[in-house]
Amino acid sequence: MNYLDVLLFGVYPYVAATVFLLGSLARFERDQFTWKAHSSQILHKKNMRLASNLFHVGIILLFLGHFFGMLTPPEILHALGISASAKQLLAVVAGSIFGLMCFAGLTMLVRRRLTEPRIRATSSRMDIVILLLLYVQLILGLLTVPLSLMHLDGHNMLNLMSWARNVVTFDPMEAVAAVGDIGFLFKLHMVLGMSIFLVFPFSRLVHIWSAPVTYPARPYQIVRQR
Amino acid sequence: MSHFLDRLNFFKKVTDTFSGNHGMVTNEDRGWEDAYRARWQHDKIVRSTHGVNCTGSCSWKIYVKNGLVTWETQQTDYPRTRDELPNHEPRGCPRGASYSWYLYSANRVKYPMVRGRLMKLWRAALAEHQDPVTAWASIVEDPVKSAEYKSKRGLGGFVRATWQEVNPLIAAANVYTAKQYGPDRIYGFSPIPAMSMVSYAAGSRYLSLIGGACGSFYDWYCDLPPASPMVWGEQTDVPESADWYNSTFLMMWGSNVPQTRTPDAHFMTEVRYRGTKTVVVCPDYSEASKFADIWLHPKQGTDAAVAMAMGHVILREFYLDGRSDYFTDYVRTKTDFPMLVLLDPGKDGAYVNSRFLHAADLADNAGHINNPEWKTLAFDEKSGHLIVPNGSIGFRWGEKEGMIGKWNLEAKEALTGAETQLRLSVSEIRDTVVPVAFPYFGATQHPYFACTHHDPIQIRQVPVKKVRLANNTEALVATVYDLTLAQYGLDRGLGGDNVARTYDDDVPYTPAWQEKITGVPRAQIIAVARQFAENADKTHGKSMVIIGAAMNHWYHMDMNYRGVINMLMMCGCVGQSGGGWSHYVGQEKLRPQTGWTALAFALDWHRPPRHMNSTSFWYIHSSQWRHEKLSMSEILSPLVDPQQWQGTQIDYNVRAARMGWLPTAPHFDVNPLHVAKAAEAAGQAPTAYLVDNLKAGNIDFAFADPDNPVNFPRNLFVWRSNLLGSSGKGHEYFLKYLLGTTHGVQGKDLGEQGGEKPLEVKWRPGAEGKLDLLVTLDFRMSTTCMYSDIVLPTATWYEKNDLNTSDMHPFIHPLSAAVDPAWEARTDWDIFKEIARTFSEVCVGHLGIEQDVIALPTLHDTPNELAMPDVRDWKKGECELIPGKTAPNLVVVERDYPNTYKKFTSVGPLLEKMGNGGKGIGWKTEHEVEALGSLNGTVREAGISQGRPRIETDIDAAEMVMMLAPETNGHVAVKAWAALSRITGRDHSHLALPKEHEKIRFRDIQAQPRKIISSPTWSGLEDEKVSYNAGYTNVHELIPWRTVTGRQQFYQDHPWMLGFGEALCAYRPPVDMKTVAPIIGKKPNGHQEIVLNFITPHQKWGIHSTYTDNLLMLTLSRGGPIIWISEKDAQKAGIEDNDWIEAYNLNGAIAARAVVSQRVPEGMSLMYHAQEKIVNTPGSEITGTRGGIHNSVTRTILKPTHMIGSYAQQSYGFNYYGTVGANRDEFIVVRKMDRIDWLDDEQTVATETTDH
Repeated sequence: MNYLDVLLFGVYPYVAATVFLLGSLARFERDQFTWKAHSSQILHKKNMRLASNLFHVGIILLFLGHFFGMLTPPEILHALGISASAKQLLAVVAGSIFGLMCFAGLTMLVRRRLTEPRIRATSSRMDIVILLLLYVQLILGLLTVPLSLMHLDGHNMLNLMSWARNVVTFDPMEAVAAVGDIGFLFKLHMVLGMSIFLVFPFSRLVHIWSAPVTYPARPYQIVRQR
Repeated sequence: MSHFLDRLNFFKKVTDTFSGNHGMVTNEDRGWEDAYRARWQHDKIVRSTHGVNCTGSCSWKIYVKNGLVTWETQQTDYPRTRDELPNHEPRGCPRGASYSWYLYSANRVKYPMVRGRLMKLWRAALAEHQDPVTAWASIVEDPVKSAEYKSKRGLGGFVRATWQEVNPLIAAANVYTAKQYGPDRIYGFSPIPAMSMVSYAAGSRYLSLIGGACGSFYDWYCDLPPASPMVWGEQTDVPESADWYNSTFLMMWGSNVPQTRTPDAHFMTEVRYRGTKTVVVCPDYSEASKFADIWLHPKQGTDAAVAMAMGHVILREFYLDGRSDYFTDYVRTKTDFPMLVLLDPGKDGAYVNSRFLHAADLADNAGHINNPEWKTLAFDEKSGHLIVPNGSIGFRWGEKEGMIGKWNLEAKEALTGAETQLRLSVSEIRDTVVPVAFPYFGATQHPYFACTHHDPIQIRQVPVKKVRLANNTEALVATVYDLTLAQYGLDRGLGGDNVARTYDDDVPYTPAWQEKITGVPRAQIIAVARQFAENADKTHGKSMVIIGAAMNHWYHMDMNYRGVINMLMMCGCVGQSGGGWSHYVGQEKLRPQTGWTALAFALDWHRPPRHMNSTSFWYIHSSQWRHEKLSMSEILSPLVDPQQWQGTQIDYNVRAARMGWLPTAPHFDVNPLHVAKAAEAAGQAPTAYLVDNLKAGNIDFAFADPDNPVNFPRNLFVWRSNLLGSSGKGHEYFLKYLLGTTHGVQGKDLGEQGGEKPLEVKWRPGAEGKLDLLVTLDFRMSTTCMYSDIVLPTATWYEKNDLNTSDMHPFIHPLSAAVDPAWEARTDWDIFKEIARTFSEVCVGHLGIEQDVIALPTLHDTPNELAMPDVRDWKKGECELIPGKTAPNLVVVERDYPNTYKKFTSVGPLLEKMGNGGKGIGWKTEHEVEALGSLNGTVREAGISQGRPRIETDIDAAEMVMMLAPETNGHVAVKAWAALSRITGRDHSHLALPKEHEKIRFRDIQAQPRKIISSPTWSGLEDEKVSYNAGYTNVHELIPWRTVTGRQQFYQDHPWMLGFGEALCAYRPPVDMKTVAPIIGKKPNGHQEIVLNFITPHQKWGIHSTYTDNLLMLTLSRGGPIIWISEKDAQKAGIEDNDWIEAYNLNGAIAARAVVSQRVPEGMSLMYHAQEKIVNTPGSEITGTRGGIHNSVTRTILKPTHMIGSYAQQSYGFNYYGTVGANRDEFIVVRKMDRIDWLDDEQTVATETTDH
């Protein structure tokens, strides 16, 4: 248990989570008019629908996969009769499909943002940073797939699940212990992932909080009586 | 409270539903709505306007929020009009509404900017020489140093500077120039004072105090219609737009009312609902054409042929075959129709019309002692005698007691006061009928205009009367009416050829004749002319013609205009409400003019000021005369001997200047500050010294040797103007000769190609880079700024206090400072005030109290306008050189240079000593100066200005204007009318008495636009009964027009008018500029080349409200320079819409996009003027440098008849009479561009063209 592991996997998750939550709250309170997706579709439409949908579908499913994959207690999997290795195989297959979808979409979006003059000119520095962060994170994630295929026993995965569950149950020392023999590539992916949460409130990602999921079911007319 | 906490009540968000769950009621936060409310909230609204030479002159609300101007909207609080007349608002157009963009745009000039190379030289020179004047001398006297910065003009390279650094530079240049060469080498160009009077006055007051020359603009813009002073003796006076509503027959002739008079157009559209007929005469399908009941589209430039043919119809149907009592009475009393003209024997037994018969021709001067050669005669029907009626210009000046008060239009014999009825035609009492020769120009060949094959000399029969002269010989006389009928080619049953019995005869000026020239069907001409006259007959003159630059910008604009004016006069429309001549161009009407001139030209300290007519100035100093291709022999009357009319345009100008007709700047090839000292050394008075040396040839006029370095204009101030991006006709010649920098001139000069060289002017190698310093004041980086040495950041129209008036409405209203000038900008008033302060400091040791000799031309509306009843040139030994009579008046003015600042900031004593006035009317004004002292405060500091009223701020200056002017001070108005009453012998003061106690202050007009008070310096009234209409007081108060006869003149009898064949109106085809043939096909790029006429109308998306570099306007149009061409021509040249095309000729080249449109007729192109070359302009394939502005393919040409002086209405006045900058006779080669080079690369440094 070295000091760096403690800092990155025992302390950093809480720092990132705190900034993520408080930062989002502060921005929501202070800068309502910056709370938006900031779509640039109006400026350049070519391939936008394809790229955006590939990216969004891919990344949402990747997120859900990570969320349930990491936080579902092994007892439940066990009860359902899903073995660790089976689960890992599921994760690798699903992750590869949605990861490649996302990769295709994101590649188009990165190219668009960097090379289209109108998009480039209207991009803030953070717009470019956050897009590149996601791109790097996605590539790191995809690179872990071949590694996982070399260890199909699910042990590595169980360690990662253990880390995640201990973090969210506020048992940092146990969490740090769980990452002891996890590979470097995985660690890099984890740190970058936490960093994305860290910069989340300062980027256009805040629109995720306000995804208009109830919008299609909304009545036609709203009277705000206050 | 908290956006987040509000969101936490997710399950209780919906408190109720309705309409079957289609609606819901929530408790959501509504704070976000405030953002939308705050979008339109503001801290204050300030009244201002746009000082952009726009006749709209609309009052605007300027919104300020958080210290910034955010937007503007139309003001809607104009004072009401009268019963049955619509009100003025809404006034304002989208161009004006886009103005606030400029304040914080990237194009704003934020700091004083200096050309980098000049700055380096200046700093080095200052380090070497302590004294700024010596430092400046060390730069400009060194040819290498001066070429270093002059040759880089227009190529960028500005550096930021401070006011503390630029002011001494400018002052030093001015001091050096005045000391070394003379203050008349310092020139100021700023146009249209009416658009911001105080800003104009700031610069002109400074220049007038130091003896600099202020250049005219109205004539240079070619907005001045010389026909107006010719016919009426009036610069320009026109009805306000509300008067259109009084009209019952409205013609828009070359005026695109909805596009270029947008805020006023509603009066035109509204009156159509009352049944008024609208006729549009316009070659292209303009926006105005859409409003026409009848649209005539003659070939561009042939309008005079249309007007002459219509005049033919009117004369036939309402004077010969039919008759209108109203018309007859009107022309008898209000025009020169009954006046008698001498007929001289000419060649082959035919006679030629000559000058008016005047009292001096008769025995004993017909009883007149004063000015008998300026009193015209007519036959009286009542007595049957030949009489001298009241009103001719001889009665205006110098009459002694008993004869004062005869200058009026009462139908009386002058000596006896007997009632008269002047005889229109001598036909009934004729002694005989003689053949008279009339010049005909319609047969002149032109490569692109049709001509007819009639004899250039048309002999027609005219009834005449014999008159015995003082020398006991017998002379033949005819009335102007008789001559006019003959000129229009009407058969009156007198026999002879060249007259038409029917409209179908192919004789000059019939409707059939004009078809070949104009392409308009004869039936349309007949119908419109008949309806026009019929309406005027029934309504007593309510037929109106709205007219504009489209017709005035041709070389023979006088003919276009006089043709139309003749129709109006024949039908008694001029001076009648709802009728007359409505010439709208720029914002020419400076309503409180007489209050303003005192401020602007420092008449409170020195008189006279130095004025210069800019057209001649630029023509000569940009060396366009060196490339002249239009010979004067081409435009002479076929009736004169060309041997006696030799010379080029510049020769005529030099002669005119020499005879005191036109002003000069510089005056002579000596420094006017040195004349007095030299005279003293010679033991002579300065005037006598100058006269002797001019006669001996030791001193000559500067214009006779323009390439001599002592005669260069050295310093130039440009403010409120875009001289090099807009009005500079012959742009590339300006660049080559005046600035000495990269240019696109393609032609060879007369020396290289062996053309007709001037007789009066010394030929030397062409000097380049004449200007030492070009200073421009602007708030935006215009094309002119790009070529300047120093650019000073000035306040925008929302950052200064100023005055604004227009001819379109009767209100005076302000520009106000909504916010302080942004960045380092200052108001024009403050900029020149500070330059004056620095000048006063820097000049010490170089200039003290100096005697300055001013060469003043004989001026209209002064007794000198009667100086030369016949043309005599002292240089040719035809007369003595008498200053003020046969030559310019020579006036010594004492300048106190170190006190320039004190004079600038206080009202001087000459107003009390010499009074104030204008247009020949003078009054005392001590009370107003005293009142100004108590209003503005008086100067406490010791010195020459101690105790004088202050003019510290722009508002002080505005108060001075409004206090002194009759239009804004009722007491002055009453005094002015009383002064006029003494000369006319009729009491006019009733016109101002109801408003005697009204005084309009600056704060009043900030509260609401105010209607001006009627003043005798204008010919219309502003009261409860009539709309402002030009000539109204002449017709209804019987005040004479300020012409030879005192009447509106169909006939112009000056020898030069006769020499150039324009005594009577005629059709004259456009002149051949010869700039296309030598270049077409010589520089091929593989694309088809076609030749088109080049027309430069008013903008749709730019100037006259904003300029063309405004992003909003660029977005609405094509984002850069465009030229409209017809579909047929585009097809010929393989051009598609939006292609890059090049337009060029010998003068230079333009690169622009093509707008291919069915609006444009074949053979013509349209390029809206004043499209900057700083936006989206690629390089030209022809010149190798960046494509030019619209004036890159035009040039200045002068017309000798505009130089006439010392002859009543044909006397010089600043912006009043003089040469004008016509440019529509020009043709261009158009072709598709092959290679679009943006010249953005470092390597492609623009090089001069090599083959000129």
